[in-house]
Amino acid sequence: MSHAEKDSFGAKLGMWLFLFTEMLLFGGVFILYSVYLTRYPKEFGLGGHQLDLVFGATNTVVLLTSSLFAAMSVTAIKRGAKQLTLGLLSGTIGCALIFLFIKYLEWSAKFHHGIYPNSPKLIAGPPGESIFFSLYYLTTGLHGIHVIIGGILMTWTAVMVQKGMLNSADNVTLENVTLYWHLVDLVWIFIFPLYYLIL
Amino acid sequence: MEHTEHILSYGKLTAVWVALLVLTAATIMVTRFELGVWKVWAALAIASVKSGLVIAFFMHMKYEPRLFRIILFVALFTLAGFIGGTFFDVLYR
Repeated sequence: MSHAEKDSFGAKLGMWLFLFTEMLLFGGVFILYSVYLTRYPKEFGLGGHQLDLVFGATNTVVLLTSSLFAAMSVTAIKRGAKQLTLGLLSGTIGCALIFLFIKYLEWSAKFHHGIYPNSPKLIAGPPGESIFFSLYYLTTGLHGIHVIIGGILMTWTAVMVQKGMLNSADNVTLENVTLYWHLVDLVWIFIFPLYYLIL
Repeated sequence: MEHTEHILSYGKLTAVWVALLVLTAATIMVTRFELGVWKVWAALAIASVKSGLVIAFFMHMKYEPRLFRIILFVALFTLAGFIGGTFFDVLYR
Protein backbone atom coordinates (compact mmCIF):
# COMPACT_ATOMS: atom_id res chain seq x y z
CA MET A 1 0.00 0.00 0.00
CA SER A 2 3.02 2.24 -0.42
CA HIS A 3 2.53 4.03 -3.71
CA ALA A 4 -1.04 4.99 -4.53
CA GLU A 5 -3.08 4.93 -1.32
CA LYS A 6 -6.44 4.73 -3.02
CA ASP A 7 -9.44 6.43 -1.49
CA SER A 8 -11.77 3.44 -1.68
CA PHE A 9 -14.27 5.14 0.64
CA GLY A 10 -14.56 8.08 -1.76
CA ALA A 11 -14.72 5.78 -4.79
CA LYS A 12 -17.58 3.77 -3.34
CA LEU A 13 -19.42 6.88 -2.15
CA GLY A 14 -19.18 8.27 -5.69
CA MET A 15 -20.52 5.02 -7.12
CA TRP A 16 -23.47 5.06 -4.74
CA LEU A 17 -24.30 8.66 -5.65
CA PHE A 18 -24.32 7.62 -9.31
CA LEU A 19 -26.53 4.63 -8.49
CA PHE A 20 -29.06 6.96 -6.85
CA THR A 21 -29.40 8.90 -10.10
CA GLU A 22 -30.02 5.55 -11.80
CA MET A 23 -32.72 4.71 -9.26
CA LEU A 24 -34.40 8.05 -9.97
CA LEU A 25 -34.17 7.41 -13.75
CA PHE A 26 -35.91 4.04 -13.47
CA GLY A 27 -38.22 5.53 -10.81
CA GLY A 28 -39.44 7.98 -13.45
CA VAL A 29 -40.30 5.14 -15.81
CA PHE A 30 -42.13 3.31 -13.02
CA ILE A 31 -44.14 6.48 -12.24
CA LEU A 32 -45.24 6.64 -15.89
CA TYR A 33 -46.24 2.98 -15.65
CA SER A 34 -48.32 3.44 -12.50
CA VAL A 35 -50.07 6.58 -13.76
CA TYR A 36 -51.09 4.90 -17.03
CA LEU A 37 -52.06 1.74 -15.13
CA THR A 38 -54.60 3.76 -13.12
CA ARG A 39 -55.85 5.34 -16.35
CA TYR A 40 -56.07 2.16 -18.48
CA PRO A 41 -56.36 -0.78 -16.03
CA LYS A 42 -58.27 -3.02 -18.47
CA GLU A 43 -55.90 -2.53 -21.42
CA PHE A 44 -52.86 -2.99 -19.17
CA GLY A 45 -54.42 -6.22 -17.92
CA LEU A 46 -54.88 -7.50 -21.46
CA GLY A 47 -51.34 -6.43 -22.38
CA GLY A 48 -49.79 -8.03 -19.32
CA HIS A 49 -51.47 -11.36 -20.03
CA GLN A 50 -49.72 -11.45 -23.41
CA LEU A 51 -46.28 -11.49 -21.74
CA ASP A 52 -44.68 -14.87 -21.15
CA LEU A 53 -44.44 -15.66 -17.43
CA VAL A 54 -41.97 -18.51 -18.03
CA PHE A 55 -39.51 -16.19 -19.82
CA GLY A 56 -39.91 -13.57 -17.09
CA ALA A 57 -39.48 -16.00 -14.18
CA THR A 58 -36.48 -17.70 -15.82
CA ASN A 59 -34.78 -14.36 -16.33
CA THR A 60 -35.46 -13.44 -12.70
CA VAL A 61 -33.65 -16.58 -11.53
CA VAL A 62 -30.81 -15.96 -14.02
CA LEU A 63 -30.29 -12.39 -12.77
CA LEU A 64 -30.46 -13.34 -9.08
CA THR A 65 -27.86 -16.03 -9.71
CA SER A 66 -25.63 -13.58 -11.61
CA SER A 67 -25.86 -11.25 -8.61
CA LEU A 68 -24.81 -14.07 -6.29
CA PHE A 69 -21.74 -14.76 -8.46
CA ALA A 70 -20.89 -11.05 -8.54
CA ALA A 71 -21.16 -10.73 -4.76
CA MET A 72 -19.06 -13.87 -4.30
CA SER A 73 -16.38 -12.49 -6.64
CA VAL A 74 -15.84 -9.61 -4.19
CA THR A 75 -15.31 -12.12 -1.35
CA ALA A 76 -12.99 -14.17 -3.58
CA ILE A 77 -10.75 -11.27 -4.60
CA LYS A 78 -10.46 -10.03 -1.01
CA ARG A 79 -9.35 -13.49 0.06
CA GLY A 80 -6.77 -13.46 -2.74
CA ALA A 81 -8.35 -16.29 -4.74
CA LYS A 82 -7.60 -15.03 -8.25
CA GLN A 83 -8.79 -18.05 -10.25
CA LEU A 84 -12.04 -18.26 -8.29
CA THR A 85 -12.62 -14.52 -8.82
CA LEU A 86 -12.19 -15.00 -12.56
CA GLY A 87 -14.49 -18.03 -12.54
CA LEU A 88 -17.21 -16.17 -10.67
CA LEU A 89 -16.92 -13.14 -12.96
CA SER A 90 -17.25 -15.48 -15.97
CA GLY A 91 -20.37 -16.91 -14.30
CA THR A 92 -21.86 -13.43 -14.00
CA ILE A 93 -21.04 -12.61 -17.63
CA GLY A 94 -22.49 -15.97 -18.73
CA CYS A 95 -25.74 -15.20 -16.88
CA ALA A 96 -25.82 -11.77 -18.54
CA LEU A 97 -25.60 -13.44 -21.96
CA ILE A 98 -28.33 -15.96 -21.08
CA PHE A 99 -30.53 -13.09 -19.87
CA LEU A 100 -30.03 -11.17 -23.12
CA PHE A 101 -30.70 -14.27 -25.22
CA ILE A 102 -34.00 -14.93 -23.40
CA LYS A 103 -34.91 -11.25 -23.82
CA TYR A 104 -34.17 -11.60 -27.54
CA LEU A 105 -36.47 -14.64 -27.81
CA GLU A 106 -39.18 -12.76 -25.93
CA TRP A 107 -38.97 -9.62 -28.04
CA SER A 108 -38.81 -11.48 -31.35
CA ALA A 109 -41.90 -13.52 -30.41
CA LYS A 110 -43.74 -10.24 -29.79
CA PHE A 111 -42.48 -8.71 -33.03
CA HIS A 112 -43.63 -11.83 -34.83
CA HIS A 113 -47.15 -11.21 -33.54
CA GLY A 114 -47.05 -7.65 -34.86
CA ILE A 115 -46.51 -6.10 -31.43
CA TYR A 116 -43.83 -3.42 -31.58
CA PRO A 117 -43.84 0.37 -31.22
CA ASN A 118 -45.93 1.98 -33.98
CA SER A 119 -46.95 -1.39 -35.47
CA PRO A 120 -50.19 -1.34 -37.51
CA LYS A 121 -51.77 -3.73 -35.01
CA LEU A 122 -51.10 -1.46 -32.03
CA ILE A 123 -52.14 1.70 -33.92
CA ALA A 124 -55.48 0.05 -34.78
CA GLY A 125 -55.98 -1.16 -31.19
CA PRO A 126 -57.07 0.79 -28.09
CA PRO A 127 -54.65 3.54 -26.93
CA GLY A 128 -54.11 1.87 -23.53
CA GLU A 129 -52.70 -1.26 -25.13
CA SER A 130 -50.31 0.73 -27.30
CA ILE A 131 -49.12 2.68 -24.21
CA PHE A 132 -48.61 -0.56 -22.30
CA PHE A 133 -46.36 -2.04 -24.95
CA SER A 134 -44.48 1.22 -25.51
CA LEU A 135 -43.69 1.31 -21.79
CA TYR A 136 -42.80 -2.38 -21.85
CA TYR A 137 -40.26 -1.83 -24.64
CA LEU A 138 -38.97 1.39 -23.07
CA THR A 139 -38.47 -0.17 -19.62
CA THR A 140 -37.06 -3.54 -20.65
CA GLY A 141 -34.99 -1.88 -23.39
CA LEU A 142 -33.45 0.62 -20.97
CA HIS A 143 -32.83 -2.24 -18.55
CA GLY A 144 -31.32 -4.35 -21.37
CA ILE A 145 -28.89 -1.53 -22.24
CA HIS A 146 -27.81 -1.55 -18.59
CA VAL A 147 -27.28 -5.33 -18.78
CA ILE A 148 -25.07 -4.87 -21.87
CA ILE A 149 -23.05 -2.07 -20.21
CA GLY A 150 -22.74 -4.15 -17.02
CA GLY A 151 -21.52 -7.15 -19.03
CA ILE A 152 -18.89 -5.02 -20.80
CA LEU A 153 -17.70 -3.52 -17.49
CA MET A 154 -17.57 -6.99 -15.95
CA THR A 155 -15.41 -8.26 -18.84
CA TRP A 156 -13.08 -5.26 -18.51
CA THR A 157 -12.78 -5.92 -14.76
CA ALA A 158 -12.02 -9.60 -15.36
CA VAL A 159 -9.16 -8.62 -17.69
CA MET A 160 -7.73 -6.37 -14.95
CA VAL A 161 -8.00 -9.20 -12.41
CA GLN A 162 -6.24 -11.51 -14.86
CA LYS A 163 -3.42 -8.99 -15.28
CA GLY A 164 -3.13 -8.61 -11.51
CA MET A 165 -4.08 -4.92 -11.62
CA LEU A 166 -6.95 -5.73 -9.26
CA ASN A 167 -6.00 -7.89 -6.30
CA SER A 168 -6.69 -8.53 -2.63
CA ALA A 169 -5.19 -5.17 -1.62
CA ASP A 170 -6.72 -2.98 -4.33
CA ASN A 171 -10.12 -4.05 -5.64
CA VAL A 172 -12.49 -1.09 -5.36
CA THR A 173 -13.03 -1.10 -9.16
CA LEU A 174 -14.34 -4.65 -8.95
CA GLU A 175 -16.56 -3.68 -6.02
CA ASN A 176 -18.00 -0.71 -7.91
CA VAL A 177 -18.68 -2.75 -11.05
CA THR A 178 -20.51 -5.37 -8.97
CA LEU A 179 -22.51 -2.58 -7.29
CA TYR A 180 -23.61 -1.49 -10.78
CA TRP A 181 -24.51 -5.09 -11.58
CA HIS A 182 -26.64 -5.41 -8.45
CA LEU A 183 -28.52 -2.27 -9.46
CA VAL A 184 -29.45 -3.97 -12.73
CA ASP A 185 -30.80 -6.83 -10.62
CA LEU A 186 -32.69 -4.43 -8.33
CA VAL A 187 -34.47 -2.81 -11.28
CA TRP A 188 -35.54 -6.22 -12.61
CA ILE A 189 -36.87 -7.14 -9.14
CA PHE A 190 -39.52 -4.43 -9.77
CA ILE A 191 -40.00 -4.93 -13.53
CA PHE A 192 -40.88 -8.60 -13.05
CA PRO A 193 -43.91 -8.21 -10.73
CA LEU A 194 -45.15 -4.99 -12.38
CA TYR A 195 -45.20 -6.30 -15.95
CA TYR A 196 -45.53 -10.07 -15.59
CA LEU A 197 -47.38 -10.74 -12.34
CA ILE A 198 -49.86 -8.15 -11.09
CA LEU A 199 -51.80 -7.45 -14.29
CA MET B 1 -11.71 7.51 8.65
CA GLU B 2 -11.59 4.27 10.60
CA HIS B 3 -12.07 1.49 8.13
CA THR B 4 -12.53 -2.10 9.16
CA GLU B 5 -13.00 -4.30 6.13
CA HIS B 6 -15.83 -6.79 6.37
CA ILE B 7 -15.79 -9.79 4.06
CA LEU B 8 -19.06 -11.68 3.58
CA SER B 9 -18.73 -15.47 3.58
CA TYR B 10 -19.85 -17.55 0.60
CA GLY B 11 -22.31 -19.35 2.88
CA LYS B 12 -24.03 -16.14 3.94
CA LEU B 13 -24.25 -14.90 0.34
CA THR B 14 -25.73 -18.25 -0.74
CA ALA B 15 -28.29 -18.04 2.06
CA VAL B 16 -29.36 -14.60 0.79
CA TRP B 17 -29.67 -16.02 -2.75
CA VAL B 18 -31.88 -18.88 -1.47
CA ALA B 19 -34.07 -16.36 0.36
CA LEU B 20 -34.38 -14.32 -2.85
CA LEU B 21 -35.45 -17.41 -4.83
CA VAL B 22 -38.01 -18.37 -2.16
CA LEU B 23 -39.42 -14.83 -2.21
CA THR B 24 -39.60 -14.94 -6.03
CA ALA B 25 -41.59 -18.19 -5.85
CA ALA B 26 -43.81 -16.63 -3.17
CA THR B 27 -44.56 -13.55 -5.28
CA ILE B 28 -45.49 -15.72 -8.29
CA MET B 29 -47.80 -17.85 -6.14
CA VAL B 30 -49.49 -14.97 -4.35
CA THR B 31 -50.22 -13.13 -7.61
CA ARG B 32 -51.90 -16.21 -9.15
CA PHE B 33 -54.89 -15.58 -6.84
CA GLU B 34 -57.52 -12.96 -7.57
CA LEU B 35 -56.85 -10.63 -4.66
CA GLY B 36 -57.69 -7.40 -6.47
CA VAL B 37 -55.62 -4.44 -5.36
CA TRP B 38 -54.01 -6.51 -2.57
CA LYS B 39 -52.17 -8.45 -5.26
CA VAL B 40 -50.35 -5.25 -6.24
CA TRP B 41 -49.46 -4.38 -2.65
CA ALA B 42 -48.32 -7.94 -1.88
CA ALA B 43 -46.11 -8.04 -5.00
CA LEU B 44 -44.60 -4.62 -4.23
CA ALA B 45 -44.03 -5.55 -0.57
CA ILE B 46 -42.17 -8.72 -1.57
CA ALA B 47 -40.17 -6.79 -4.20
CA SER B 48 -39.19 -4.27 -1.49
CA VAL B 49 -38.03 -7.04 0.85
CA LYS B 50 -36.01 -8.58 -2.00
CA SER B 51 -34.44 -5.17 -2.77
CA GLY B 52 -33.62 -4.75 0.91
CA LEU B 53 -31.78 -8.08 0.93
CA VAL B 54 -29.85 -7.25 -2.24
CA ILE B 55 -28.87 -3.79 -0.95
CA ALA B 56 -27.99 -4.93 2.59
CA PHE B 57 -25.93 -8.01 1.72
CA PHE B 58 -25.01 -8.23 -1.98
CA MET B 59 -24.35 -4.50 -2.09
CA HIS B 60 -22.80 -4.57 1.35
CA MET B 61 -24.85 -1.63 2.67
CA LYS B 62 -25.27 -3.27 6.10
CA TYR B 63 -21.53 -2.93 6.64
CA GLU B 64 -20.94 0.50 5.10
CA PRO B 65 -20.54 3.75 7.09
CA ARG B 66 -23.71 5.47 8.24
CA LEU B 67 -23.29 8.24 5.63
CA PHE B 68 -24.11 5.70 2.88
CA ARG B 69 -27.39 4.75 4.52
CA ILE B 70 -28.31 8.40 5.06
CA ILE B 71 -27.94 9.23 1.38
CA LEU B 72 -29.75 6.00 0.46
CA PHE B 73 -32.76 7.12 2.49
CA VAL B 74 -32.57 10.64 1.04
CA ALA B 75 -32.75 9.09 -2.46
CA LEU B 76 -35.62 6.77 -1.52
CA PHE B 77 -37.62 9.56 0.14
CA THR B 78 -37.04 11.77 -2.90
CA LEU B 79 -38.41 9.04 -5.14
CA ALA B 80 -41.33 8.42 -2.76
CA GLY B 81 -42.02 12.17 -2.84
CA PHE B 82 -42.13 12.18 -6.65
CA ILE B 83 -44.49 9.20 -6.67
CA GLY B 84 -46.72 10.66 -3.94
CA GLY B 85 -46.86 14.07 -5.62
CA THR B 86 -47.66 12.55 -9.00
CA PHE B 87 -50.51 10.50 -7.60
CA PHE B 88 -51.93 13.42 -5.69
CA ASP B 89 -52.17 15.19 -9.05
CA VAL B 90 -53.48 12.19 -11.00
CA LEU B 91 -56.14 11.15 -8.49
CA TYR B 92 -57.48 14.54 -7.32
CA ARG B 93 -57.19 16.71 -10.38
